[in-house]
Amino acid sequence: MARIAGVNIPTGKRVEIALTYIHGIGRTTAQKICVQVGIPPERRVFDLTDDELSRIRDMIDRDHQVEGDLRREHAMNVKRLMDLGCYRGLRHRRGLPVRGQRTHTNARTRKGPAKAIAGKKKAVK
Amino acid sequence: MPRSVWKGPFVDGYLLKKAEDSRASGRSTVIKTWSRRSTILPQFVGLTFGVYNGHKFIPVLVNEDMIGHKFGEFSPTRTYLGHGADKKAKRA
Repeated sequence: MARIAGVNIPTGKRVEIALTYIHGIGRTTAQKICVQVGIPPERRVFDLTDDELSRIRDMIDRDHQVEGDLRREHAMNVKRLMDLGCYRGLRHRRGLPVRGQRTHTNARTRKGPAKAIAGKKKAVK
Repeated sequence: MPRSVWKGPFVDGYLLKKAEDSRASGRSTVIKTWSRRSTILPQFVGLTFGVYNGHKFIPVLVNEDMIGHKFGEFSPTRTYLGHGADKKAKRA
């Protein structure tokens, strides 16, 4: 069990992959960290020494914003738009696409699962 | 793609002049404008603008957070009150 950046406990995977379990670290960042710390990315996490682990931790603490901090910043950015009363804020409030996409069809990612409309006729073949 | 930095922020010239006049005269009146495309500049903070939305002038009191946004962003041009079924539900 290795704990990096709070709650994350990636185990038997390659370091390069295990690090991506941390919110805010993807493949690119993970590879960069491996290079900076000087460990081969294909090394498994359980093969890491305590020293290497702590160096990874230091590196992340120093250079990257991860987990709670990152989520908080993201939430603050959205909140700023909402409090401002600007168009993007209104879209966030309504849970609709913010960047001008069409909403006649699609936009399901923002709108969530389709809701049935009462009394709407189905197309008859 | 965002606007090139070397061009500086876009503001309609007459709006800038009006804002400065209003600031100089000291008393705050709503500055009516059709220029939804103008960027909100730091010198506009504290002034109230009436931003036209094609129907009426929506009063916008500029605060610091709004700097860098455009006036049009604060004056919605569409009214959407939900679909028929939603309205019926609301009336009942």
